[in-house]
Amino acid sequence: MSGQPYRREGATGKTLRFRFDGRDYEGLEGDTLASALLANGVRAVASSIKLGRPRGVYAAGCEEPNALVQIEEPFPEPMLTATTVELYDGLVATGLPGQGRLADRPDPARYDAVHAHCDVLVVGAGPAGIAAAGVAARAGARVILADERPAPGGSLLGTTETLDGRPGHEWAAAEVAALEALPEVRVLRRTSVIGHYDDNYVIAVERRTNHLGAAAPAHVARERVWRIRAKRVVLATGGHERFVAFAGNDLPGVMLAGAARTYVNHYRVLPGRRAVVFTTNDSAYAAALDLADAGVEIAAIADVRQAPGETWAARCAERGIELLTGHVVTAALGEGEVSSVRVAPRGDGQAREIPADLLLVSGGWTPVVHLFSQAGGTLRYDEGLGAFVPGEIRQAVEAAGFARGVTTLRGCLEDGAQAGRRALAAAGFAVPSETSVPAAEEEPAAAPAEHLWLVEAPGDDDYGAHFVDLQRDVTVADVLRAVGAGLSSVEHVKRYTTAGTAHDQGKTSGLLTSAVVAHALGVDVGELGTTTFRAPYTPVSFAALAGRDRGHLHDPIRVTAMHEWHVAHGARFENVGQWKRPWYYPRPGEDMEAAVLRECRAAREDVAAMDASTLGKIDVVGPDAAVFLDRLYTNMMSTLKVGSIRYGVMCRADGMVFDDGTVIRLADDRFLVTTTTGNAAAVLDWMEEWLQTEWPDLRVSCTSVTEQWATVALVGPRSREVLARLAPGLAVDNDSFPFMTWREAEVAGIPARICRISFSGELAYEINVSSWYGLALWEAVMASGEVTPYGTETMHVLRAEKGYPIVGQDTDGTVTPQDLGMEWIVSKKKADFIGKRSFARADTSRPDRKQLVGLLPEDPGVLLPEGAHLVETSSLPEPPVPTLGFVTSSYRSAALGRTFALALVSRGRERIGERLYAPVGAELVPVTVTSHVLYDPEGARRDG
Amino acid sequence: MLLIPCPWCGPRDEAEFHYGGQAHIAYPDNPAALSDEEWARYLFFRDNPKGPFAERWSHTAGCRRWFNVVRDTATNEIHAVYRVGEPRPVTA
Ligand SMILES: [Zn+2]
Repeated sequence: MSGQPYRREGATGKTLRFRFDGRDYEGLEGDTLASALLANGVRAVASSIKLGRPRGVYAAGCEEPNALVQIEEPFPEPMLTATTVELYDGLVATGLPGQGRLADRPDPARYDAVHAHCDVLVVGAGPAGIAAAGVAARAGARVILADERPAPGGSLLGTTETLDGRPGHEWAAAEVAALEALPEVRVLRRTSVIGHYDDNYVIAVERRTNHLGAAAPAHVARERVWRIRAKRVVLATGGHERFVAFAGNDLPGVMLAGAARTYVNHYRVLPGRRAVVFTTNDSAYAAALDLADAGVEIAAIADVRQAPGETWAARCAERGIELLTGHVVTAALGEGEVSSVRVAPRGDGQAREIPADLLLVSGGWTPVVHLFSQAGGTLRYDEGLGAFVPGEIRQAVEAAGFARGVTTLRGCLEDGAQAGRRALAAAGFAVPSETSVPAAEEEPAAAPAEHLWLVEAPGDDDYGAHFVDLQRDVTVADVLRAVGAGLSSVEHVKRYTTAGTAHDQGKTSGLLTSAVVAHALGVDVGELGTTTFRAPYTPVSFAALAGRDRGHLHDPIRVTAMHEWHVAHGARFENVGQWKRPWYYPRPGEDMEAAVLRECRAAREDVAAMDASTLGKIDVVGPDAAVFLDRLYTNMMSTLKVGSIRYGVMCRADGMVFDDGTVIRLADDRFLVTTTTGNAAAVLDWMEEWLQTEWPDLRVSCTSVTEQWATVALVGPRSREVLARLAPGLAVDNDSFPFMTWREAEVAGIPARICRISFSGELAYEINVSSWYGLALWEAVMASGEVTPYGTETMHVLRAEKGYPIVGQDTDGTVTPQDLGMEWIVSKKKADFIGKRSFARADTSRPDRKQLVGLLPEDPGVLLPEGAHLVETSSLPEPPVPTLGFVTSSYRSAALGRTFALALVSRGRERIGERLYAPVGAELVPVTVTSHVLYDPEGARRDG
Repeated sequence: MLLIPCPWCGPRDEAEFHYGGQAHIAYPDNPAALSDEEWARYLFFRDNPKGPFAERWSHTAGCRRWFNVVRDTATNEIHAVYRVGEPRPVTA
């Protein structure tokens, strides 16, 4: 063990090699990075975030405020506490100054999620948790026992206490193994419960392979998120020791007393050679004696109380340990680490400097009430404990053991067993007539603690080294400054000073901060209350939360029946909701602009085709379908003849445009409604909401058929000729097949429904077939070689040239049909429809409403950015600059031979012919306001 | 995450549902007869109590039915669940 100078004699286990801050060390299997560093005498592990002060290991678990490290190998991971990183061979880590670095390469590990249900969830496998789980499990309940550490035992791991005559941790291991053998019990090790939500919905993170380093098998998920719904939860979460505010309480070598006890007993490491102990309560005596028995010289115990527990005092005397009652530590002294400790009687008296390399501190213990509070429980201040304990809770949750303030081992076992019995009863199981708990040793009678939070400094001290939050570098001086600035709530002081906001969320320091605030305000800690406890209890990696929902599994990808053709023919795609839609089809050497201009020309001058399958399609069926659609659309649908098609707009009750599309009447009682691609689900929701909640008397059913149909839009002056060839049985002349009608026929031998509708102003058809035949139809249309495929960008240009708005692009939920220049779509005849009443509101008839207009930049080559604002003046006045509106769509037009835009502009229609300006960067681009219909305003082209 | 007892499917995770705001706000029989203020009240005004609140939920990812819930907005306790058209039950 010569390589590990602070390792206890007789410690055995496999030797592990690791590297920290560029130096090679050895540790033992079972070590954490913190215990291995202590074994090697490494005192300064990290440095503080604001002041750059050296910081050492302070605690032995997740409450660690100081020892933040970054793992470098095998895979970079920032912001871990050295006290919770299990040592493995090949670990490379560095200490952090409060901030880490994200990995510069993709994480190769898998992360997963599990859903689970149970009768009783027990959080914490210490004495109380094991007792509770044992009672519930042996009665047959489905039990999950979760604990953050690799081995069960909780507080028993760090002590020398015995149960049934054997070491407590051995009892814990044996008992948990016995429970685990029961069929309905699941034990989750290395599993942190991080969130407790409504109805006992609990989130836990299980670390499955982190501790294996490079040896982790690739097929096992590194971490798993457990989403547990429990009938009843027992929170046996134990406690955290807290420290005291005195000068230099952040120096490496200052350590919580209970943590030092854990290092000596569990990790077989001496955290120092010569220690001073500073305590406000009895618990530090057990630590001092265990350290003394392990060979650490205890130079003195400074107890703030005049009367410590008598048994403890006697045991100190037996070992010749000097006991200074009524004393405090006024300062930890040393360069970079503790070399001596200044001890003084409380009040007046001569201070003494005691050489020591270790200062153990105990300011008392705080129950871990985080989950109880997250679950909605109230907290109350317990004077004896000097801490907040669980109060009332509505959920089926109870705290057990030290988590609710039970201080003895025997008491915690008994309390856990009782909690288990209550959980059984609540979950509907027969409660056994008696339950037994293992026998614990007699504990010395406890003397009351004295809650000292702050060691008063001499007059010239500014409290600038009395730390309350080590990780955030918050001192008593900072808290006094906050209170001096007038802040009197802990929530405000927290935000002002950042105390309690670090990775540790103030586990060891929150109460201390509150107490210093209370001290400054002259009120009681209990009166002041706590800050709100929020999930997560301990930090959780984003990778774990994301689980498998990454990359192509992040969101479902929807593709049409023709997708593989688009891919094979070099289409660029755009995401429209979850759909992948062809955006444009560049030919070799073409950029987007050239491709779109070519596609537009083909549609306007020749013949082109688009995959329009993603349009939402809803079958609306039933005797009252026509009545229903009359109420839903602003225009009349009931007068539509079978075989015909009508364009329609839907508004919300406030009169704002919600969606638009076509309505096809298939039979007296059957319509097919199309929606915009992105709104398909919302429109179906809307229909069902009205049918179920307002008009349950209407006999109508609505079915999404978006994916059942594939649609090809065939567009252009030559589209009729191409269709005639593909559908020889169909009369395609204008009289036989007029605009806004539909016919059934075979197209390329495939049964099809052909609709004569146009979203471009050109002669056009939409050919619908069963999606199974979508690819065959598309290939048949393309087979002649004369039809140009086009994508969504061309579709957008063509519709914009005609002034057809796209809901969601040219509208934003504040736009009426009238604003869009579509008064004609709003029925005057119908008694009512959704939105009608709102068109009579003063707001919807305001003359200064924004209206849809066209814009022509004076320089025909300038493309306005969408979103650009419009102003009246050629130079900008002082801010705030009044804006008249903004550009909603902007394109280059092949048909117009120039750029153009659509915009929503206040009093837009009155302004036609006016010049406005669009601030773009530092320039004001002059534009002329025009009608929103820029191409073929007479509609001469739609019949070919 | 709430556990919401759908009256048609039984208890399901909140993630399966969509929220629909205050319940028992009927679409007016004759909107044309309402004053602008009355219509604006229907459109824009909803209660926001601390305590029991009758509200609408839709089991969107399940049976797709709308139904009503009396939920305490301060504690999230669900006092009652009932079907559309049924009166609000008396709860504690
Ligand atoms: Zn349901």
